[in-house]
Amino acid sequence: MIASLVSLSACDREERESRGRPLAEAAAGGPLVSTLRAGEPPHPRPDPRAAEYENNAYAVSQGQKLFQAMNCSGCHAHGGGGMGPALMDDQWRYGGNMEQIVATLDQGRPNGMLSWRGRLTAQQMWQLAAYVRSLSAQQRQDVLPGRADEPSNTEPQTLRSREEMHSSSPAGVQGTAQ
Amino acid sequence: MSAWLNGIQSATSGAGLHDQQFNGLFLLFLGITGFFYLIVIVALIAAIILRRRRTGSEPLARAALFGWVGAVVVGLAVLSAASFLVDRRVDAATMGRPPLKIELVANQWWWDVRYHGASPSDEVHTANELHLPVGVPALVTLKSNDVIHSFWVPPLAGKQDLVPGRTNDILLLPRRTGLFRGQCAEFCGTQHARMALDVTVESLPDFRRWQRAQRAPAFAPRTALAQGGYAYVTQRECANCHNITGTPASGRFGPDLTHLASRRSIGAGTYPMTRGHLYAWVADPQGAKPGNNMPYIGFEAQDLHAVVAYLQSLK
Repeated sequence: MIASLVSLSACDREERESRGRPLAEAAAGGPLVSTLRAGEPPHPRPDPRAAEYENNAYAVSQGQKLFQAMNCSGCHAHGGGGMGPALMDDQWRYGGNMEQIVATLDQGRPNGMLSWRGRLTAQQMWQLAAYVRSLSAQQRQDVLPGRADEPSNTEPQTLRSREEMHSSSPAGVQGTAQ
Repeated sequence: MSAWLNGIQSATSGAGLHDQQFNGLFLLFLGITGFFYLIVIVALIAAIILRRRRTGSEPLARAALFGWVGAVVVGLAVLSAASFLVDRRVDAATMGRPPLKIELVANQWWWDVRYHGASPSDEVHTANELHLPVGVPALVTLKSNDVIHSFWVPPLAGKQDLVPGRTNDILLLPRRTGLFRGQCAEFCGTQHARMALDVTVESLPDFRRWQRAQRAPAFAPRTALAQGGYAYVTQRECANCHNITGTPASGRFGPDLTHLASRRSIGAGTYPMTRGHLYAWVADPQGAKPGNNMPYIGFEAQDLHAVVAYLQSLK
């Protein structure tokens, strides 16, 4: 009885928001080249949606699916990096929290990271962000996917040790990246 | 499920060669094994009564034993011969005729269908529907992209699993025309029930006509509204996952939409293909089929009208 009650509480890790919330970024008119300005705080405004997707097994696995489908591996490999920066290390050029990753996906970044605004829905970007954070084991251990959907030369994420985030400020890692 | 998609899934209708032959074999097995079951029950009752009366005789028991062994030998011989003959008959009916080659890839929760031809330009790419010419064997190669599914069109043949990383196949030989409903027969996730396959068996000329129409690239949008939809579909979220041949939309992760409006259902048998249901599906796929991989887009009203107008023009 107690065991079944305890196991019920584990269902939280897969709670699903099937539609996602309407887009905030669709409101902006015209293409946005960059919102980055010298001297501005690096954090996008905290978003309550981050908590829904963070530490959510369903969001992480959907993100994994999208990571393959949208060919993120083309530049980032399976998190190991190639043309694009590695995602499984402890360095984040543009910040490594949920809001910052979604902002990176939404706006695109210099030197090749394209903007997915209008091409992925907000929900899909949050799911991708959840997966990207799982690559360096920033997510709870029990929500990580035990296996990759495709052959991969990296160990399963559940065996990966958590990389401490060096700095949440992009300026802190600018010089050290790659 | 819904009556509009070919109602009954009967495994005893005999619309396919395999279904018909194996159905006969099944009835023979049922008859013979049922007969032996009755003998065993009768013998059991007789044994109880005879034991009570203590009137058993040695010669009677010996005769019963020989009779029993003889009957079992004859029964098994008949079943073996019948199995062999059915196997030969199925083989003879499908041998020596080049089969139609079809590749069926199961996804959560829809079917990706490819007809292979002599050259790549003969290929037909569609989704959630299977057109088969009557009397022509069709060799269906079965694959899966995610989890184990199972291919089952009850009136035509038995089930065959689609296993990720493996290739299975199944041979079909439809014997009469009609519309049949196929269904995924292996639980594959939340929308397993809404993973139907719409099977049309038609005459060879009808099939050739369908094949020609499917090979053509998508129709160009005519009305201003449909042109708006074309612009949205090819430039925004849709094109990441869907392919529409002849347009820049070339995604491969969702069903091919090139001739979407010529199909009879939306979302693998979720809705019939009508304008209203297209609206319902595009506006809120998660309401129509919760958990499927098509995201909620959150269309503005004018975009929704345009996209539906364009999709409807994809005959």
